[in-house]
Amino acid sequence: MEIFAQQIVNGLVLGSIYALVALGYTMVYGILGLINFAHGDITMIGALVSLTVIQLLAAAGVPAPVILVLAGGSAVLVCAILGLSIERIAYRPLRRAPRLAPLITAIGVSILLQYSAALIWGKQYISLPEIIEPAQFTIFGAQLTSLQAAIFLLACTIMAGLLWFIKASRMGRAMRATEQNPDVAGLMGVNTNTVIAFTFVLGSAIGAIAGLMVVLYYGLGHYFMGFMLGLKAFTAAVLGGIGNVGGAVLGGLLLGIIESLAAGYIGDLTGGVLGSNYRDIFAFLVLVLVLVLRPSGLLGQPGGERA
Amino acid sequence: MQAADILLAATGISKHFGGLAALTDVSISVRRGEIFGLIGPNGAGKTTLFNVLTGLYAADAGELAFDGQTITGSKPHRVARQGIARTFQNIRLFGGMTALENVMVGRHVRTRTGVLGAVLRTRGAAAEERAITRRARELLDYCGLAARAGTLARDLPYGDQRRLEIARALATEPKLLALDEPAAGMNATETATLRKLLERILAGGVALLLIEHDMKLVMGLSHRVAVLDYGEKIAEGEPAAVQRDPKVIAAYLGGTVV
Amino acid sequence: MNATQTRWRWLLWVAVALLLLAAPFLIEATLGRAWVRIADVALLFIMLALGLNIVVGFAGLLDLGYIAFFAVGAYCYALLASPQLAIHWPFLVLLPLGAMVAAVFGILLGAPTLRLRGDYLAIVTLGFGEIIRVLLNNLNRPVNITNGPQGITLIDPLQIGGFSLAQTHSFAGLTFTALHSYYFVFLACAVVSIIISRRLEDSRIGRAWVAIREDELAAASMGINTRNMKLLAFAMGATFGGVAGGLFASFQGFISPESFHLIDSIMVLCMVVLGGMGNVAGVVLGAVLLTALPEALRYIGPLQQRWFGEVFIDPSDLRMLLFGLALVLMMLFRPSGIWPARRRTAENVTERMTEKRHASG
Repeated sequence: MEIFAQQIVNGLVLGSIYALVALGYTMVYGILGLINFAHGDITMIGALVSLTVIQLLAAAGVPAPVILVLAGGSAVLVCAILGLSIERIAYRPLRRAPRLAPLITAIGVSILLQYSAALIWGKQYISLPEIIEPAQFTIFGAQLTSLQAAIFLLACTIMAGLLWFIKASRMGRAMRATEQNPDVAGLMGVNTNTVIAFTFVLGSAIGAIAGLMVVLYYGLGHYFMGFMLGLKAFTAAVLGGIGNVGGAVLGGLLLGIIESLAAGYIGDLTGGVLGSNYRDIFAFLVLVLVLVLRPSGLLGQPGGERA
Repeated sequence: MQAADILLAATGISKHFGGLAALTDVSISVRRGEIFGLIGPNGAGKTTLFNVLTGLYAADAGELAFDGQTITGSKPHRVARQGIARTFQNIRLFGGMTALENVMVGRHVRTRTGVLGAVLRTRGAAAEERAITRRARELLDYCGLAARAGTLARDLPYGDQRRLEIARALATEPKLLALDEPAAGMNATETATLRKLLERILAGGVALLLIEHDMKLVMGLSHRVAVLDYGEKIAEGEPAAVQRDPKVIAAYLGGTVV
Repeated sequence: MNATQTRWRWLLWVAVALLLLAAPFLIEATLGRAWVRIADVALLFIMLALGLNIVVGFAGLLDLGYIAFFAVGAYCYALLASPQLAIHWPFLVLLPLGAMVAAVFGILLGAPTLRLRGDYLAIVTLGFGEIIRVLLNNLNRPVNITNGPQGITLIDPLQIGGFSLAQTHSFAGLTFTALHSYYFVFLACAVVSIIISRRLEDSRIGRAWVAIREDELAAASMGINTRNMKLLAFAMGATFGGVAGGLFASFQGFISPESFHLIDSIMVLCMVVLGGMGNVAGVVLGAVLLTALPEALRYIGPLQQRWFGEVFIDPSDLRMLLFGLALVLMMLFRPSGIWPARRRTAENVTERMTEKRHASG
């Protein structure tokens, strides 16, 4: 029972990070119908930028809270600019092109980001300097560090804020209108270009925060880390119903829990035949199962294709 | 009317999108050798009905029978095999293929060469390929597009694209040809050519189901018409009678009255 | 087309054929033996790229895990022709078997996803490629099947009758090392792949694929069973990959999961996109160029050393950067590739017509 509670807690923390990354996929998909393959790598850039900032400032003896704020801030800034430029340069010219073209461009951007990162940061794992010593405490029989709790709470705050923003703000309404029908939204006076660019900036900024969280959570960064993270976050978005912001949150948390439970129990269940080295397969299995059983996801509306 | 005369019978078709009722209990029947017009204001559900008839949408309720066989819930490719071919309101050609190739694709359903035949280029496969090309050229010629055979579909002028869609549909050897606004965007000369083409197709033994906004064309061509409004059939009959129907006049009031 | 033109074309083909047959000896004499090996690999990549071209180029389905089928073919061969499981089946059995197993994998993967929107396929294949690699890495326990990360060694070379390609043979005054012998086997396979691709393209099936790529809904309305045709494209593509994988395993004598990385899938995709999606000749060109490019880039390292005193960019990273850039730039500025697909044009249609008239008249 204790293991169970522990895995649930671990899953929620991890899942909240997945959810943040999933938001970026789902918002762009909702508006453009495009899988932004590069989103996982934008998160990776956010992670590595914040790692560098932390390393520099920690060496200079800056207090930890200031370091974290500055690291997050610079990651957000870099990723927002990156997201904006990618949309402008690589995706916007292809908005009316055959559907294969933007997908291939997205792959290209993803590779460019990965190997630019390899060039800048090298290919070895980069580890996080000890800047904080998280307190340990027990909740429902599960061990939890203050860092994990902070990650989870911050992620929840961001998600709640985003849901409110999309529901209540002027820009949020414009986003929803563009999602429904870009042409009509344009006729109604919504500048769809601005809305789409804003969506990329917002998704990338949230991804940057998620990147910082991954770095704090695992204490490591790597130029290829965006790949698996992206694949899992995308799975989370599909699980919740791609295009649906609330679904991304639900999907992320669920996937985190599924993965933690599976990783925690698979060894016992299979008598040690399958180990946690199969952990990364679960996300994929979930993805295929969802696509087969309920392609519209948990919160998505099943709908036919438009003729 | 004799049951054997009826080519397509749609009975009690309903279709909802979310809470929106696009079609409610619509029944139509098309007889062999006739042109059946489907008219109604924008958003009346004409294209939705087309999509149900051709298998793109599954109806929520209702029965479809074609040429004596039930086709309720059939997938589009099965419907095409049964003998219903269609064109699209917002032209859907294979843009990156030439006009000739577009029509050749239409022959797919009536030909059978498989992977082995194609790879080994067996005698039968080669003969079939020649027959496909020959038939496709005939159909281009029939629709007045012989000179355009090698042009990419996306580079064709608008009127030619409309006629190419018809040629492609005819290549599937349909018993019923369903045309979704074939004259949309055409000028008077092009419409006149189209009209002649449709009459020729009819004379060739293919029944026509026609959605059209050009009232002169649809009323002049059709043997019978049905009028849809807000997803319901409000009138059906010979054009002259339907035109006098007060419900039809009301539906069209302020719209494109004849 | 008149008689002189026909004769010239015929002569051109003979010249190309002779050049291809002489190529390994010419290459060895000029560039050195290392480049004969590169030529062998290029031929394998032609097969791979042509297979992916069926999926991506013809049918318009973005497969990002294509290398997995190559892996399946390679492991299928390696397991059944090596001391690993102490099985040594002949290659004439294993090659079709590898093709079939890969095709089955293609169908298993395609069946659940192909009825969905195309972009889902991209991500599922991406995941699938990684899963295959994870499995290959971990299927060494509880029962050792794949030997895990160490890979499989001592794989049997190709052997036809008593003729082993691994040995050096002499024939007509020429020395055939293993590299030379494999070249001719691979060349034959590549030529067959080209012929299969061209014939499929010009058939009812190829047109159905392109129609699906252009407009799936319209294709279905024309009576094409889109799901089956997409599955067929997937299985055909996988078959090419499976055969190439078997050849690769026998050629290398050693395989490990690291040969089948996502990067390799991307590289094959680059060959298809760069060469010209859907155009067989372009794809062949793309495969040759992109196989040679990394080898040429090897010289960049020493050059940097000489000019700047240190190596700034690792050549293999530079290659990936160029790939990424190429994918983006090609889509933005030349989406149909450096050698775009030729559709049946008015000219060559009338050409055929006149040919036929001459023939009949």
